[in-house]
Amino acid sequence: MQISGHIEHQFREVFPSVIALLLALALLFHSPLATAQESPSAPSGDAQRATEDLNKSAPAAAPSKSEQTTESLPAALKVEEVAPGVFVHQGRYELFTPRNSGDTSNNGFIIGKDAVAVIDTGGSARVGAALLAAIRARTSLPIKYVINTHMHPDHVFGNVAFKAESPTFVGNAKLPRALSSRADRYLAINKELLGDSFAGTEIIPPTELVSNRLEIDLGDRKLLLEAHPTAHTDNDLTVLDEKTGTLFLGDLLFSRHTPALDGSIRGWLALIDKLANRQDVKLAVPGHGPASMPWPSALDAEKRYLSTVAGDVRRMIKEGKTLSEAAGTAGMSEKDAWILFNEYHARNVSAAFAELEWE
Amino acid sequence: MSATRLTLGRISRSLALTLGIFAGAALPAVAADDIWKDIHRDVFAGKAIAEDDGAVSLEAPYRAEDAAIVPLTVHIPASAGEVKSLTLVVDKNPAPVAATFEFGEAAGKGDRMLSTRVRIDMYSNVRAVVETADGKLHMATKFVKASGGCSAAASKDADEALASLGKMQIRTFDADASKEQTPPVREAQVMIRHPNFTGMQMDQVTRQYTPMRIVSEMDVKRDGARIFKMEGGISISENPNFRFTFVPGTDNVIEVTAKDTEGQIFNATSAKKAS
Repeated sequence: MQISGHIEHQFREVFPSVIALLLALALLFHSPLATAQESPSAPSGDAQRATEDLNKSAPAAAPSKSEQTTESLPAALKVEEVAPGVFVHQGRYELFTPRNSGDTSNNGFIIGKDAVAVIDTGGSARVGAALLAAIRARTSLPIKYVINTHMHPDHVFGNVAFKAESPTFVGNAKLPRALSSRADRYLAINKELLGDSFAGTEIIPPTELVSNRLEIDLGDRKLLLEAHPTAHTDNDLTVLDEKTGTLFLGDLLFSRHTPALDGSIRGWLALIDKLANRQDVKLAVPGHGPASMPWPSALDAEKRYLSTVAGDVRRMIKEGKTLSEAAGTAGMSEKDAWILFNEYHARNVSAAFAELEWE
Repeated sequence: MSATRLTLGRISRSLALTLGIFAGAALPAVAADDIWKDIHRDVFAGKAIAEDDGAVSLEAPYRAEDAAIVPLTVHIPASAGEVKSLTLVVDKNPAPVAATFEFGEAAGKGDRMLSTRVRIDMYSNVRAVVETADGKLHMATKFVKASGGCSAAASKDADEALASLGKMQIRTFDADASKEQTPPVREAQVMIRHPNFTGMQMDQVTRQYTPMRIVSEMDVKRDGARIFKMEGGISISENPNFRFTFVPGTDNVIEVTAKDTEGQIFNATSAKKAS
């Protein structure tokens, strides 16, 4: 009794200064308390909301529990050998948070006889460095190419970690423009989202540009790089490992993670049909989803999602409905089929509406 | 200026959160009223404005799906009588006046609606201010959570945007509900392909801002009678899009003349028997 009474007394005296201290800390470190809280309505969520057009780096709402990893980033990324010499790291089904350091997209590397090619580098310098460590645990061959599949930060922000390896950075011919017109925003917003784990991140645009097709050789291993018309973005690029028929689709392929539309829904659907007919592909690596997927069934769910959205939106436009009416109703039948649906879907509908009303 | 505001915003959010943990309360937004005071003085000459008196109402999403295309819909009821003009204001945008619409006779005096899409640069109050025939001002306000709308990269498909600049599309709608209204009204939609460059979108390669280029004027008529004349600012979204009611005439042909800040003129006319 006495002891607890004593403690209570002391606590009352100390309490105001504790609040003051916490306030001061919160101001000093911006909002470490917020991130510790992991609440969907935390301020970082507000900031993240601002990033919607970054697509892969939007708000802080929690994905379903079973999908959420609470581990922080390891020194070397865990990778899976999906085909001989082809390695893929599966990113988390999450939005950017300080804890995941921007490890939210798939990235990979292919080892040839003479050299290595990296395909996408993750969402921060830290993820890029962990990918480099995973590569170096398997080979000491030079990294000759770092290829980016499109402009989104979760695929390009790790480029900087490879600078010292002096690779050729390769991308769609439209990638430099897409990055440059978004650079300030991408950097500012992702810095806010990732906090300390953003340290050292900078944008490294490609110097070798692909406007149609480009073949590169890693030594007894040829990769076919192809630029595509506007689909997920206006600067999509796929990478085919000819030896194993493994196609890296970047964000032209989403699985489980809600697709994010930042290009053209018509273009994307047309491209899916075109790709599905390809006979030279045996295995698909999505930009978000499992490390690898069977071909061409990998495309089915995404095609269904985009067709549903396009169909619903077209019908609503025909009926004279408005953009805001569509945002709340179109494509809702897909809700249970995808992770992060609330974070991406309504925005996809808005984008689809603004595109399809011109038909 | 905007950097200072950002910092303030951050601090206030941290503060609000910290307080929230202990007291479940949040601090009011900092300095929002001061911005409106300036706008009120500069744009409306400090004239008295009646708030939420039923002469105008505003629909806006509390949280925007896309800060670069935030749909705003303004309703003016028949009870407001004749309305001279409507001004859309986004308090915290670099140029707060998004657009001003001067109504003509074909806008009518019944229940009116006008809807457009705007860019919103940071969490802000959005206002619809109308001036009724008696010269009085009336206002409806909504708070919208959105940010980065003015500096967001212009287009999802940059080549397509330039290739189709100036293309226009006019639709008229024949909703049963609006036909039954007395007096009867109809709805039309005018869309114009235009990047509406804000002047705040930077090209990192050249380290230059893409110069401002916006649709600055638009005159919309029905069978030669004016529905409205718009003066637009940088806050109107890429591919400006207006949907509005009008009083039906004999042919219901909608005719649009628009002009951008480069002096380029865009004309379009709806098909005669508008469907």
